[in-house]
Amino acid sequence: MKAQGLFSKVMLGFGFLFLYVPIVCLVVFSFNDSRSVTVWNSETSPSLRWYQRLWHDDQILAAAWVSIKVAAMSASGAVILGTLAGLVLARFGPFRGRAMLQGLTTAPLVMPEVITGLSMLLLFVSLEQLLRHFFGVQFDRGIPTITIAHITFTMSYVTVVVQSRLAGFDDSLEEAALDLGARPAKVFFRITVPLILPAILSGWLLAFTLSWDDVVITQFVAGPGSNTLPMVIFSRVRLGVNPVVNALATLMVLIVALGVILSAVLMRRQEQRRKREEQMAATG
Amino acid sequence: MKSSAARALGARDAPGRLGPLWTILFRYGPPRWTEYVLKNWSGQRLVIGLPYLWLLVFFLIPFLIVFKISFAEFSPLGRPPYEPVFQWLDEGALQIKLLIGSYVYLFNEPLYVSSWLYSLKVAGFSTILCLLLGYPMAYAIARSPPTYRNVFLMLVILPFWTSFLLRVYAWIGLLKNDGVINNVLMGLGIIDEPMTMMNTSFAVYIGIVYSYLPFMILPLYSNLEKHDLTLLEAAQDLGASPTRAFMRVTLPLSFPGIMAGSLLVFIPAVGEYVIPSLLGRTDQLMIAKLLSDEFFLNRDWPKASAVAIVMLLLLVVPIMIFQHFQNKELAAAKK
Repeated sequence: MKAQGLFSKVMLGFGFLFLYVPIVCLVVFSFNDSRSVTVWNSETSPSLRWYQRLWHDDQILAAAWVSIKVAAMSASGAVILGTLAGLVLARFGPFRGRAMLQGLTTAPLVMPEVITGLSMLLLFVSLEQLLRHFFGVQFDRGIPTITIAHITFTMSYVTVVVQSRLAGFDDSLEEAALDLGARPAKVFFRITVPLILPAILSGWLLAFTLSWDDVVITQFVAGPGSNTLPMVIFSRVRLGVNPVVNALATLMVLIVALGVILSAVLMRRQEQRRKREEQMAATG
Repeated sequence: MKSSAARALGARDAPGRLGPLWTILFRYGPPRWTEYVLKNWSGQRLVIGLPYLWLLVFFLIPFLIVFKISFAEFSPLGRPPYEPVFQWLDEGALQIKLLIGSYVYLFNEPLYVSSWLYSLKVAGFSTILCLLLGYPMAYAIARSPPTYRNVFLMLVILPFWTSFLLRVYAWIGLLKNDGVINNVLMGLGIIDEPMTMMNTSFAVYIGIVYSYLPFMILPLYSNLEKHDLTLLEAAQDLGASPTRAFMRVTLPLSFPGIMAGSLLVFIPAVGEYVIPSLLGRTDQLMIAKLLSDEFFLNRDWPKASAVAIVMLLLLVVPIMIFQHFQNKELAAAKK
């Protein structure tokens, strides 16, 4: 036991170094006052030069705004559809086509992005042709098509999160409520939704992050003229390192870290409140 | 005026006369409206139908279209998606023309064959590296005291919340010739001239292991955490050495976790596009890059579709194995 314990602990430390050193480097060199990003210019650094440049970079700012809109809409759509799918799979028992629904919700999780992207684009092209042929309507690819594509691949993640949360509870609470005469809808909103609320929230955040970050599928389904932030980053980064991207990355890491700390604090506070209430219930 | 308003109000008490839609919308206020929908069998159908319909239209049908276009004929001067496969002839007969030219090309062109083999090699090798690093990490987390466990798990998941693209980008700064690793090694006097690490297969392995490590650790952790430790004690009481106990008890028990984690890395890695584009070799393409070049540069939609179909067929077996283990884990969580 001892030797394995030591070995695995060493590997754990090494693994965390491996995971975090690149991010730390990214952050550190965003303050480097030099065009060649990775050679530290110790005379004038640290400086906020690249942050200033970022602040005036209209292309990045416009793309970020597009990405925020797309990610918020996709996450909301994905949460609605994903929660329904998770609920159906976890609670509705066997029905015709259940295996197919399960397959359809897990397949996008592992599907290579190029395949999803290509197939979505070909669908949109076919729809365009149909609409033009039958109704004479013209539509262009852009934010709506990106959003539809993102809902489709992120709803699977929400489904998995909600389904596994529901699988963790047996349905005795719901059954008890039904036995006591509550109607199914009331049971759903008063019992099931509060139970899976953490899963719904983390599902929304997960969907938002995935949509915010996606470049491959987006490249396929975006029309000309609608650029999301990852598309802009990708095209710049292909030409090599770019200090403005470092500054942007630092800001994004900062936001994520703040969000994680905030949620940890909130969760701890909730836990403490629950404990206090339990104690009061026990003593009172 | 007054009487019509009164009649409208009175409609609340007289359902049926104004039809079911009116009844649903107004006789039942918003909270009861959902009740009405959910109470009925048709409501349940709606709950099932909505996600089902969405996935059919936006996930399944697109594959059928890809399948169809992969059999179309490519002409350099034509407009994509070129000639339709199905055509209604004047007599009302349906003509189906399947051209397998694209598929024949895929298996004869050396460029394609080498891309396939290279993609499989990269994905397989990265999966093994990921497992070698991820298994001990998951093991250490699962056996650590509960107070640390959540912190460790958080540390594993945290990079996943920051941008994948930017994390891959971070490695350019580390690996390039005047990058951090070379600068540090030369500064310490370990090497005299920079090692070439960018645009190599090595860089792609690093990138894939780095990006997909959480996908390996999490299923392994959730499996290892559930193990009954008394089994190990029993093995040791019976005289097994720790290594033997690990090999004969822990490792076989964690097999579902190993499979789930490995497939979760392997399947997307075969079709990985971003990592090889940023870090990988320029003389040897991976299959996803070839697909997108075929589509965007050559505008050869049939060939790109055929690549997608073959990739899908190649991955169907791993995906089904993955779903098998996924369902098993979900069923185990239920117990």
